[in-house]
Amino acid sequence: MLRPFELCEPASVAEASELLLRHGEAARIYAGGTELILAMKEGLIHYDYLVNVKTVPGLAGVRLDADGSLRIGAATPHRVLERDPSVSERFPAIARMEADVANVRVREVGTLGGNLCFAEPHADPGALLQVFDATVRLERKGGARTIPLERLFVGPFETCLEGDELLTEIVVPPLAPRSAAVYLKFGFLERPSVGVGVAVTLADGHVADARIAVGSVGPVPRRMRDAEARLQDRPVADSEAALAEAGRIAARASDAITDLHGSAEYKEHLVGVLLRRAFQAALAAVAGSERR
Amino acid sequence: MNAIPMSVTVNGEAHALTVPPHETLIECLRDRLGLLGVKKSCDVQVCGACTVLVDDRPVSACTVLAFEARGKHVRTIEGLAHGDDLHPVQEAFVEHGALQCGFCTPGMIMATVALLAENPSPTADEVKHYMRGNICRCTGYKRIVEAILAASERLATGPRTTDGG
Repeated sequence: MLRPFELCEPASVAEASELLLRHGEAARIYAGGTELILAMKEGLIHYDYLVNVKTVPGLAGVRLDADGSLRIGAATPHRVLERDPSVSERFPAIARMEADVANVRVREVGTLGGNLCFAEPHADPGALLQVFDATVRLERKGGARTIPLERLFVGPFETCLEGDELLTEIVVPPLAPRSAAVYLKFGFLERPSVGVGVAVTLADGHVADARIAVGSVGPVPRRMRDAEARLQDRPVADSEAALAEAGRIAARASDAITDLHGSAEYKEHLVGVLLRRAFQAALAAVAGSERR
Repeated sequence: MNAIPMSVTVNGEAHALTVPPHETLIECLRDRLGLLGVKKSCDVQVCGACTVLVDDRPVSACTVLAFEARGKHVRTIEGLAHGDDLHPVQEAFVEHGALQCGFCTPGMIMATVALLAENPSPTADEVKHYMRGNICRCTGYKRIVEAILAASERLATGPRTTDGG
């Protein structure tokens, strides 16, 4: 059973920020509620005030910038990203990842911004979006800053948001030409045990850029730069051995935690397997797009 | 605690209600409106037994707050049949024996109605993907998938009932 709380419905980001400032720890932003209300029903957390940001105009929606960047309003539900033509055409890996978040009811209600801000370690978007070098816009009354998404995550269920700050927008830059991104995950519960995102850019038979992010395995989703360096500038034809080594490095760097979703050792193994499959799928996707 | 006045249409009937913010949609539908076809099972949005449609979109009534339905149309299993005249999805579930204990069935059927409204001719794989979040612990899923595909054909060739879903 939910304990009673007061609902606040601000008309602007500034007003929401003021409410957070006024009520401090007693208030929390409420968007889709798919994570927050579950935790409150379980009695794990309680807030006296929920600040409904779905009433703030302009916080939901998807658009493409002139430079090809995807700008996603923080209160955009997963289902919109799954079905939006501009996402599936320009950022197919994001559309596919979104189509496999939880189940259709959660995707209809849950929002991308809420997913990122709740910082539940077992989640998909935080890992994949990092291989796009996505940034997030954080706003408070009288100020705003934009930071790389990877800096948002501080620990399990913990972000770098200040008390009166709101995540308002996620900006996803396009990949370079001759690139593809792939996200693969494995799990046997509703949430993923392991998720691996890869983005690859090719040039003259070489890996011009390799980006790897691992999620769900450790406390926060994170980029694996040492593993990326193993693949960088390699001839594509010769990437197999480097890929195995990159997998081992990423597994070690992922800070794997033993939990209900599997042992640390099991998850480390899966990081290597999924990394290899995702990298090969990304290579195939670049080749496929060039044959068309 | 603030009370939230709201008008909501449930199965075609307009209601003016005042709900506290912490009231869930399932509490509102079952306890205020007596719609006991909305089933609570896992209570954590995993099983799908409480699936209802809000403006034709499937949601977990166990976790969505009631006030979120303000100004919207809610549809539950009770809103599908006209008297003894079943909805084509209900008919297909009956004809294919797509249920055993029946507890998951209202949610299965509401999810199917949402699926077929969005994708009238899904493949078996599309059905399985969409229905992944609706769990049956009795029968397995073979007959459920068959019933959904049959319902899709029935709706495409013209419903027998007056309500095509």
